[in-house]
Amino acid sequence: MSAAPAGTMHHESIYSGGIASWLTTVDHKRIGVMYGVTALLYFIVGGVEALIIRLQLATPEGTVVGAEVYNQMFTMHGTTMVFLVLMPLAAAMFNFLIPLMVGARDVAFPRLNAFSFWTWFFGAILLNLAFFVNQVPDAGWFGYANLTSKQYNPGLGIDFWVLSLQIMGIASIASGINFTVTTLNMRAPGMSLMRMPLFVWMALIVQILMLLAFPVITVGLVFLLFDRFFDTNFYVAAAGGTPVLWQHLFWIFGHPEVYILILPSFGVVSEILPTFSRKPLFGAPFVIFSGILIGFLGFGVWSHHMFTTGLGPIADTAFSLGTMLIAIPTGVKIFNWIGTLWGGTIVMRTPLYFAVGMIALFIVGGLSGIMHASTPIDLQQHDSYFVVAHLHYVFFGGTVFGLFAGVYYWWPKVTGRMLGEGLGKLNFWVMFLGMNLTFFPMHFLGLDGMARRIYTYPAGVGWEQWNIVATIGAFVLSIGVLLFYINVVRSLRSGEPAAADPWDAATLEWSMSSPPPEYNFAVIPTVNSARPLWLHKYGPTRDISKHTKEDGTPPQPDHPVERVELPSPSHWPLIAAAGLTLAGGGTMIGLLPVLIGAAVLVVAVYRWAFQPLERPGNPVFGPGGGSG
Amino acid sequence: MSAHATTFAVPHRKMAMWVFIGSECMFFGSLIATYLSYKGKSVAGPTPAEILNIPLTSVSTFVLLMSSLAMVLALDAVQRDHTDQAKLWLGGVIVLGGLFLAGQVYEFSHFYHEGLTLQQNLFGSTFFVLTGFHGAHVTVGVIWMATLLFMAFRGKLGPEQSLDVEVAGLYWHFVDVVWIVIFTVVYLIQ
Amino acid sequence: MEPRSAQLGRISPGCSICRAVAILTLGIALTGCGVADVPDWSTVQPVSDMGRSIVDLYKIVLWWTAGIFVVVELLLVYVLIRYRRRPDDTGVPDQVHGFTALEISWTLVPAAILFFIAIPTVRTIFDVQRPPPANAIEIIVTGHQWWWEFEYPDLGIRTANELHIPVGRAASLTLTSADVIHSFWVPRLGGKRDLNPGSENQLWFTPDSVGVFDGQCAELCGTSHANMRLRVFVETAESFDVWVDQQRQPAVEDSVGVQTFLASGCVACHAIAGTPAQGKIGPDLTKFGSRSTIAAGILANEPDELAAWLRDPERVKPGSRMPNLNLSEERIASLVAYLGSLR
Repeated sequence: MSAAPAGTMHHESIYSGGIASWLTTVDHKRIGVMYGVTALLYFIVGGVEALIIRLQLATPEGTVVGAEVYNQMFTMHGTTMVFLVLMPLAAAMFNFLIPLMVGARDVAFPRLNAFSFWTWFFGAILLNLAFFVNQVPDAGWFGYANLTSKQYNPGLGIDFWVLSLQIMGIASIASGINFTVTTLNMRAPGMSLMRMPLFVWMALIVQILMLLAFPVITVGLVFLLFDRFFDTNFYVAAAGGTPVLWQHLFWIFGHPEVYILILPSFGVVSEILPTFSRKPLFGAPFVIFSGILIGFLGFGVWSHHMFTTGLGPIADTAFSLGTMLIAIPTGVKIFNWIGTLWGGTIVMRTPLYFAVGMIALFIVGGLSGIMHASTPIDLQQHDSYFVVAHLHYVFFGGTVFGLFAGVYYWWPKVTGRMLGEGLGKLNFWVMFLGMNLTFFPMHFLGLDGMARRIYTYPAGVGWEQWNIVATIGAFVLSIGVLLFYINVVRSLRSGEPAAADPWDAATLEWSMSSPPPEYNFAVIPTVNSARPLWLHKYGPTRDISKHTKEDGTPPQPDHPVERVELPSPSHWPLIAAAGLTLAGGGTMIGLLPVLIGAAVLVVAVYRWAFQPLERPGNPVFGPGGGSG
Repeated sequence: MSAHATTFAVPHRKMAMWVFIGSECMFFGSLIATYLSYKGKSVAGPTPAEILNIPLTSVSTFVLLMSSLAMVLALDAVQRDHTDQAKLWLGGVIVLGGLFLAGQVYEFSHFYHEGLTLQQNLFGSTFFVLTGFHGAHVTVGVIWMATLLFMAFRGKLGPEQSLDVEVAGLYWHFVDVVWIVIFTVVYLIQ
Repeated sequence: MEPRSAQLGRISPGCSICRAVAILTLGIALTGCGVADVPDWSTVQPVSDMGRSIVDLYKIVLWWTAGIFVVVELLLVYVLIRYRRRPDDTGVPDQVHGFTALEISWTLVPAAILFFIAIPTVRTIFDVQRPPPANAIEIIVTGHQWWWEFEYPDLGIRTANELHIPVGRAASLTLTSADVIHSFWVPRLGGKRDLNPGSENQLWFTPDSVGVFDGQCAELCGTSHANMRLRVFVETAESFDVWVDQQRQPAVEDSVGVQTFLASGCVACHAIAGTPAQGKIGPDLTKFGSRSTIAAGILANEPDELAAWLRDPERVKPGSRMPNLNLSEERIASLVAYLGSLR
């Protein structure tokens, strides 16, 4: 994955260097690029899985794949899109952007950051190894017990799923710690919390949600592992246990996970709308606090995924009303976004298209969410195609469109080149059309009683026409996504070079060259405004008048004025991650690989702990520095 | 990087440990919640009342609490550059932590002989996984302390490394506090 | 029981704006349904009290959300058109940071709308979960991979995959599972409820129309989850009583067919009352011939389809627990004839 951007950059680029430089890098920007490239590759994998699903369902009693393969496809599609595409694509942006946006030269723990990436990377490979040994998980991305037990699911499929989720969970917690500390503790002088960019705010909430949600799924997975490997009784009804315990643990994680997936997109949109309407974000404190409230409430509503489990009317009422409450802060965000556009001079560029598209589509998902927040309605809609429509409006309409908006917006900063504007708009319209063609009919299928996760359905029940429309839509959508990849390749090969601040934006990441120098900031900026660069360019605004234009943050000078030392590359995070994955994945083979993996992990952690962060030969810039 | 100025004037590693502890609370919270929700649901014995040895575990709880005291003294000694005292107290933490673990090994093997296995019933599954994960945390702590003690003997544990000890101490105290909760929930409130 | 047109009339809204939205949403959803002969799965054409409560609530929420959808999307489009940058726009627009009164109002207005959704929601939550009436017919539903077991404890009937209930009388289902989690869902009769192993769930409804209503397991339960369908026959009290009497007749013990059945390995899993066959693993076949479908609603109960099923269950239902017994064609023909005679 390293070759794609590296080969195309000019000589002094931060991306130059061989494979080894990528394997040992501790630069948050390169790690961000690796997350992004890998996630976009898995996006193709998950997309192909989705197309197989849609082909199978195009006609009644389809014969494209059988029951087994179909169940594997929707399991891998869901798991891939959540853990291998959307989370890492957001992680790519967190990695690349958070230090740039808060005015830092790196993250708090550069090697831990590399460890997070490699652990996730190997965990993702472990999951997909399942295809190569033809033992593919098939119990859904939610893996409800006791269908995942050894009794009902012998073979290694579920083991691949459990172990890779467990390993990727460690990566998420490690990066959650890293970015929480980076955000809280590495802000440039003057950057108070309320001057922090919205994207960083939403990212911070995501980190906290990951830190609090992933341990819960970890425990659920530990129980499942013990049930499968050691014959314990956690989800065994005959021993007095209940499989419903898994549902609680999974959704206490799973519902915050929904916000882990959508809040980055909210952050992206909250950056893009101000830039392209050339106004500050309307009601920024309200957008921030509504984000916090969404994250907080997100922990109290998990059982709305379990209304059909039979919780009783009291619990149904509590979780139903709690879920409805979330609509209020979500609405506040949407109204503030419209308020941002209101009265602006809206520059119609591709990032804005995707950002506005995200709002338009997310509204649909949000409103259908209110429908099944109402327990009785959910008793009909649960596990029907109505919910498939809902979640894809949230995750595709909301998250994918939002993240694509972000990719279009920050691509120039990452690569130093612009993405094609005409192709970008075409990309948007084809995706927008395909998205609605695919997922809107699923509302009707759900209302017409079509259940989820069925590989076949009878002819003559009135589901044919909407299924064929959805399948055609899926191919239109695929063409839309393909246009994106074409745009990316064209930009890397011959894209128009990007200026430091191509969109006339307001935040710190636009104050340095595109792509940024290895040290990010030649001078650590002083921040006097939520829009430091805008203040420098256009002077104070109506509401915030205590600062003058001179208090703005100017563009970065070309070279550091003081000596800047950066951390040395290290291969120990990579080796530690490999050891961890071997120890975890090895449990499927036997004791020996587990012991070898554990030994590698221990040695690597010790070598890492006793290896100074900055060693002779590390990158040094500025006066007295060699490489500057 | 902690040498650089930080926004909250707290070293990164210390803040990271606090954040990690927050995450660990959810981990142990889930384990304890599961233990509680499965309490009394076992369809076969032995039950907690039949098998738990409160006097023995009270002793090991006391031992673990004392190790926290030793930890405080070890940090104090490192901060004041009293290397010999630091070695003594770090050694104390290791010995007391080791004693606690020995008690757990004895307890586990005793329970196995009494017929309470991981597979026997819900109590066995939830008890061993909860206390086992706590024991694993203590083990990591003991190894960590041993590493610090090794550094002390190599003369590499002076006041400038006091943050290393402080962060390890935060972890150690947290693991202790978790044990207080487990001891109360599992042993005392039956 | 009321005529079908009256039922549909309940769904159609009163006001003209509502009707327009109805055509857009409900209307399109309805197009696939309502044809007399085909299986009918619509969630918005209920034939029970529970189904009606849910649709009534759904309509309330649908109008509110549809209204919000139209207003917000139009606002978004308006803003984009009205404030798009014109070629002569060179300066920066007025830098407005916010307006607190507006923030408060767009917090309070959605909160008020939610109030109007929440009140009927809570009412319906308690309404559909109140205890069933005393005269309800009790049915124990047990989910199996991948078929449904129905037991009428008060009537001494055990059957599979096809549920018969009388119209106008509450049917009270006690739901549990023999293996993994399943979910009972017959869309026209109301919402779904999970069948959890090791515990019992309750679901009850009073059907108000005679008819045949199909359903589907709604919780992923393994390979043939899709092949776990069911069929509910809502009958007049008289036809229901006839059915009950018929079901309680034991099979004839000494036919040739029963000897073939006993000799073919079927007996290991299946029971036929009145014969030595008392297997409990698969569906009870005592009144097999009286069912309209086989293999959990996958095939019509026709000799050819039954023969295909006996020849290779795996081909009909992937992962099926019913093994391929490698029966000879002769034996299959004999079994088909015998099973068909079990009425």
